[in-house]
Amino acid sequence: MPKRNDLKKILVVGSGSIVIGQGCEFDYSGTQGIKALREEGYEVCLINSNPATIMTDPELADQTYIEPLTPEYLEKVIAIEKPQAILPTLGGQTALNLTVSAAEKGILKRHNVEVIGARLETIRKAEDRQLFKQAMQKIGIDLPRSVVVTDESDLKAVSRDLGFPIIVRASFTLGGTGGGIAYHYDELRTRVHAAFEMSPVKKVLLEESVLGWKEYELEVMRDYKDNFVVVCTIENFDPMGVHTGDSITVAPAQTLSDRQYQEMREDAKRIISEVGVETGGCNIQFAVHPETGRRICVEINPRVSRSSALASKATGFPIARLAAKLAVGYALDELPNDITKATLACFEPAIDYVVVKAPRFATEKFGEFTLDTAMKSVGEAMAIGRTFKEALQKSLRGLESGKKGLSGAEPLDPETRLQRVATPTSSRLYHIKSALDEGLSVERIHEVSRVDPWFLNQLKDICDFEKTLAAMPLDAEHLFAAKRLGFSDAQIALAKGLKENKVRERRWKLGVRPSYKLVDTCAGEFPSTTPYFYSTYEETGDLLPSKSGKKVVILGSGPNRIGQGIEFDYCCVQASKALRAHGWQSVMVNCNPETVSTDYDSSDRLYFEPLTLEDTLEIIAVEKPMGVIVQFGGQTPLNLAAQLEKAGVPIVGTLPAAIDMAEDRRLFGAALKKLKILSPEHGIAASAEAALKIARRIGYPVMVRPSYVLGGRMMEVVYDDPSLTDYVGRALKAATHPSLLIDRFLADATEVDVDAICDGKDVWVAGIMEHIEEAGIHSGDSACTLPPHSLSPAALVTIRENTRKLALHLKVKGLMNVQYAVKDGAVYILEANPRASRTVPFVSKATGLPIARIATWVMMGKPLKKLIAPAVLRGEVEPAYTATKEAVMPFIKFPGVDPRLGPEMKSTGEVMGLDTDFPRSFAKSQEAAGMLLPTSGSVFVSVRDEDKAQIVPMARSLRQLGFTLVATRNTADFLTRHGLETSRVAKVGEGKPDVVDLMKQRSLSLVINTPSGKRSRADGFSIRRTALELNIPCITNLHSAGAAVHAIAVLQGASMGVKSLQAHYRTLPYAVDLGLKS
Amino acid sequence: MNDKAWLALEDGTIYSGKACGAAGESGGEFVFNTAMTGYQEILTDSSYAGQCVVMTYPLIGNYGITAGDNESLRPRLSGFVVREMCRTPSNFESVQPVGDFLKKHGIVGIEEIDTRALTLKLREKGALRGIISTLDGDAKRLVAKAKALPSMAGQNLAKVVTCGESYSWEEGFKPSDKPLHVVVMDFGVKHGILRCLAAMGCKVTVVPTSTTAERIVKLKPDGVLLSNGPGDPEPVTDAIEAIKHLLAERVPLFGICLGHQLLGLALGGRTYKLKFGHHGSNHPVKDLETGRIEITSQNHGFCVDLKSLPSSIKTTHVNLNDGTSEGMAHTELPAFSVQYHPEASAGPHDSRYLFERFKTMMLARQEARSR
Repeated sequence: MPKRNDLKKILVVGSGSIVIGQGCEFDYSGTQGIKALREEGYEVCLINSNPATIMTDPELADQTYIEPLTPEYLEKVIAIEKPQAILPTLGGQTALNLTVSAAEKGILKRHNVEVIGARLETIRKAEDRQLFKQAMQKIGIDLPRSVVVTDESDLKAVSRDLGFPIIVRASFTLGGTGGGIAYHYDELRTRVHAAFEMSPVKKVLLEESVLGWKEYELEVMRDYKDNFVVVCTIENFDPMGVHTGDSITVAPAQTLSDRQYQEMREDAKRIISEVGVETGGCNIQFAVHPETGRRICVEINPRVSRSSALASKATGFPIARLAAKLAVGYALDELPNDITKATLACFEPAIDYVVVKAPRFATEKFGEFTLDTAMKSVGEAMAIGRTFKEALQKSLRGLESGKKGLSGAEPLDPETRLQRVATPTSSRLYHIKSALDEGLSVERIHEVSRVDPWFLNQLKDICDFEKTLAAMPLDAEHLFAAKRLGFSDAQIALAKGLKENKVRERRWKLGVRPSYKLVDTCAGEFPSTTPYFYSTYEETGDLLPSKSGKKVVILGSGPNRIGQGIEFDYCCVQASKALRAHGWQSVMVNCNPETVSTDYDSSDRLYFEPLTLEDTLEIIAVEKPMGVIVQFGGQTPLNLAAQLEKAGVPIVGTLPAAIDMAEDRRLFGAALKKLKILSPEHGIAASAEAALKIARRIGYPVMVRPSYVLGGRMMEVVYDDPSLTDYVGRALKAATHPSLLIDRFLADATEVDVDAICDGKDVWVAGIMEHIEEAGIHSGDSACTLPPHSLSPAALVTIRENTRKLALHLKVKGLMNVQYAVKDGAVYILEANPRASRTVPFVSKATGLPIARIATWVMMGKPLKKLIAPAVLRGEVEPAYTATKEAVMPFIKFPGVDPRLGPEMKSTGEVMGLDTDFPRSFAKSQEAAGMLLPTSGSVFVSVRDEDKAQIVPMARSLRQLGFTLVATRNTADFLTRHGLETSRVAKVGEGKPDVVDLMKQRSLSLVINTPSGKRSRADGFSIRRTALELNIPCITNLHSAGAAVHAIAVLQGASMGVKSLQAHYRTLPYAVDLGLKS
Repeated sequence: MNDKAWLALEDGTIYSGKACGAAGESGGEFVFNTAMTGYQEILTDSSYAGQCVVMTYPLIGNYGITAGDNESLRPRLSGFVVREMCRTPSNFESVQPVGDFLKKHGIVGIEEIDTRALTLKLREKGALRGIISTLDGDAKRLVAKAKALPSMAGQNLAKVVTCGESYSWEEGFKPSDKPLHVVVMDFGVKHGILRCLAAMGCKVTVVPTSTTAERIVKLKPDGVLLSNGPGDPEPVTDAIEAIKHLLAERVPLFGICLGHQLLGLALGGRTYKLKFGHHGSNHPVKDLETGRIEITSQNHGFCVDLKSLPSSIKTTHVNLNDGTSEGMAHTELPAFSVQYHPEASAGPHDSRYLFERFKTMMLARQEARSR
């Protein structure tokens, strides 16, 4: 059957902010899906609250709604757009849950909207544990024994029946949130309680433990004709018990015999058919007992997923694209295989390489956690090699976590080592490596870790070879052998006590170079024309010839991490679009499988490779580009810029010297002085003594941080000598550059972010964003608004002028981000970064101007004057609406971590609220971020002494809005003295009921808690943590509290409206030219 | 330890690698197989007699050799080419590493070969003759030896791999209320086929390739299965004769792979050699009757030219990749066949329904005769 003609308009649901468990894979799938649907002539509208996505670019969908992903907003969009169908399977668990909830509220029926991609009944059967269990039992599929509980009684009996450990899972949550493993009764009670809090349907599953079993995933597709294909099989290095998102995973499955695999495939076929997925993709997870082969189905996801993105990148088979086509009526045998162009999509990819995905954890932010069934990693790197050993080592160096390949952990005594091998953590792999080096046997390691001996023997092969490295002659034969096992030049250099570039020089002289092979979906059986490559060390490669046109290499941003995520991938994709629109060939390099940039049609040529100097130089050597773009991929390519330039690689845009001038505080300080730009008093210290001296000169509090860091890592506000001494000790140990920056901390200042583009002659201030949170909270964690809502015209003039002077002085060619703090009318510069910033996508969405593309053209030599209108260039026009960005935090995933904001960035993603004025757009941004501001109820107020004066007007407004006030003694007395009726509640531990009890009783609907110094931290911590876990909005700084009060006033008034980006742009006082037609 | 090995092709290509099987020298026609699992089934598939198999999936031997998954009593292929052979297999059913298995059966193997480059060469140039040696590293000599090897065309290899005398097969037998007797003409039959028949409740008698129609009919079969096998169908003349007689007797016939080609020839058609054949377990085939796609296991270098067949023969299955015919059925006689492997092993089990189709055909015939 060809496509359905009864559908004209389809609503696609996005996945919202990037959170742990839901990364940029859904931008990749959504973007593919929207393109696929439009290609078929459908009108597509989109709802997604995340502005940092390619899918929300105005040219992607016909109507793009950057609105909160709630049933209420969804209904508003449906009411305006009147789509015939809604496609929820490309937007992760968020889209699926939203659609189910809209259906349950009768919204879909009311507006006559059909769910396509997966029927509601199918979604329920797959997601509701009990229905799923029934379905599996019906077709005789083995499952772990399990019980669904709907309340917390009877846990004793259940636990007797199942036996410990017991797996706890909450229904309808993403990334395993709310789940965990209970080893004893008390733990079970705690976990079940937590799971109930998380599950929107208040159902919790308790399950027989299959810890230590082998874990597999099948990525499958099925169409309405019952055609069924397995796109990819995946085997996990970490056995059952670790969330697959936190596991090292390998494609294809390695240790199943054909019979065992085919039986699993038959199971998968029956499962998908029983659950009723008949128009799309599905992920099915199995556990296999390592000694008996007993196979059980763990779970299924009737939608595209992180694993399907991985499978797509691993095989070249575009699952999301095909899922969208199946959803509108096609069958698999009616669709072409886009990679070969010669065959059809109805087949099972055969691959002739090995794919390894390694998770990236935010250990530096949240410490090391024992891994369990709730996902904790923030990103991933994928690598392709001809052997597992090669792919594993490539993936590990692709993580950019300081490892150059498989390397050991810190020295430990044997007992502790064994314990670290037994416990799944983010560093277990490295402990296994050390254990092997220390002579522990594969059998023993398998016994305690349950990692399959096949993997352990592979690691052992690497370890054994590594031992020979030191004595190995650096001749062609031996170097080739080392490279074939994935050893990087850096690893070889380390073993031989040489510099990395010496090894490289030697290797190049000997002609030991990688060959590039093609990802072609068919193991070479058919010719392929899609230039998607990976490197390996083999006799010959099969690099496809380039099309004509000068080539530019774009270096991507690698695995997502806190501080460097989808925003940079967005910029890289924009750069590619910009280059291609003007006839240049774009060559993309990246190793993050979640991204749009690694989609084979995002660039002219794609290299799925780690972003190290070695791997990058090799690609540049074969591609011979006219230049390399390092500005868009965040810190990753920027760190390579100087070395690339040294190696003779032409850098497009701002030169590394200018980047260095901005990063080097001495040079930067001198430049500011020359330009007469005001900055907070500061100094640079390389020792504790120097630091103390500087701090005393400037006066406390001071802001301290190491130079050259990302996302404000280790950035702290320090109030006295002892804290500073303590800080210096920690920081100097962790820093790569032994120098610390110490700045005067501008308490209570308003922070401002500026994105600008300079072509060498003109400077265009593309966006000025005013932060909601005061200076001292990392800009990545702050909410901000464009245009600014409270800055004085004079301050804005100074900001523009300083930005212009600085950009010209630094000889910026392309983008520059500058941060300012405004205090008492004075504008201080905090820092400048001549590169794309995290806010580029937000500014682009807010202004309608494709900033990253314009920057690309500027970098390629086009003058700003020819790219944008004079009034825009001069900054004389701005949108009449307001856009507010809000950060989304991952605290819920990290038990025991204080959910407060500070100078070190901790957010994983962002959302945008777009409306007529600041309070409205702020209110929307809060809703989109999941912070459900109340319109009535009780507000708990607890602020530090410095904030007390300012809280009074806010508390008064809250009273006027009908809220009651609750506070502990001091604040209560203070508010009462100011004529505000406030009820008193005990501090934690000072009587019952205390404030935490009130929260648990749901008697509080909003918490305003500004943390003071270290003294009352414990009290504040339990308040903030409880609020987080109970999803009670908790505001930890006064500026946000003020904005929230205004937003609440708005929310109490008329209901909020929705408007598409395209409609907003029609109101702009300037023309929006997306510049894609040259 | 000298474990060097070399590989030479008739076009002059030389690769050097490491021995991973028996020591010695062995040659044949080089073909590639794209299956990612099932190397054991491939190694023991008699259809590879006279051929050296290049595995495109680079890691071979990960789960070792498992009990109960051999497709014949011993491997018949001439050589085995892989990128990396696993010496430490891991699987609860594993009984032996693949290298040991190759050594035991005297199969020459070579690893550390750029199997993708070799595959692309075979794709471009078509199946080439070649040789693997652990004894001789001299390029010129090896290439000359490769050139001297006989071509696959014209060789009756079925005669080499067929059973010495008839036997009955019982492994995997599941009793059924309607017992059927199937005679399998063994041109190199895969045990997977026999297991599928037995699992359906069939009593199975396997007979050598030279068995006459008369002797087969005497066994009173409810149906005859024409098995898979190696090489060129044309020289297997005695079997073609037997099939013609069986057709005349209206005995239900089910042909698989070489059996399909022999049926084609018996029906008066022609066969021809494909450039590099179909070898793998991911080939999509459309059943023209139901419109459904099955992912099939394939292993053939020759093919039936369906246009050469009389109009009483209809095409039932088509390969979605290259449009070649994959199955046919007689419109009047109870005979049908497929070019691919419904028993799979190795490969997806999507096509096992064809055995059921055969069963239905046999039952219909039984019923007709009892009336």
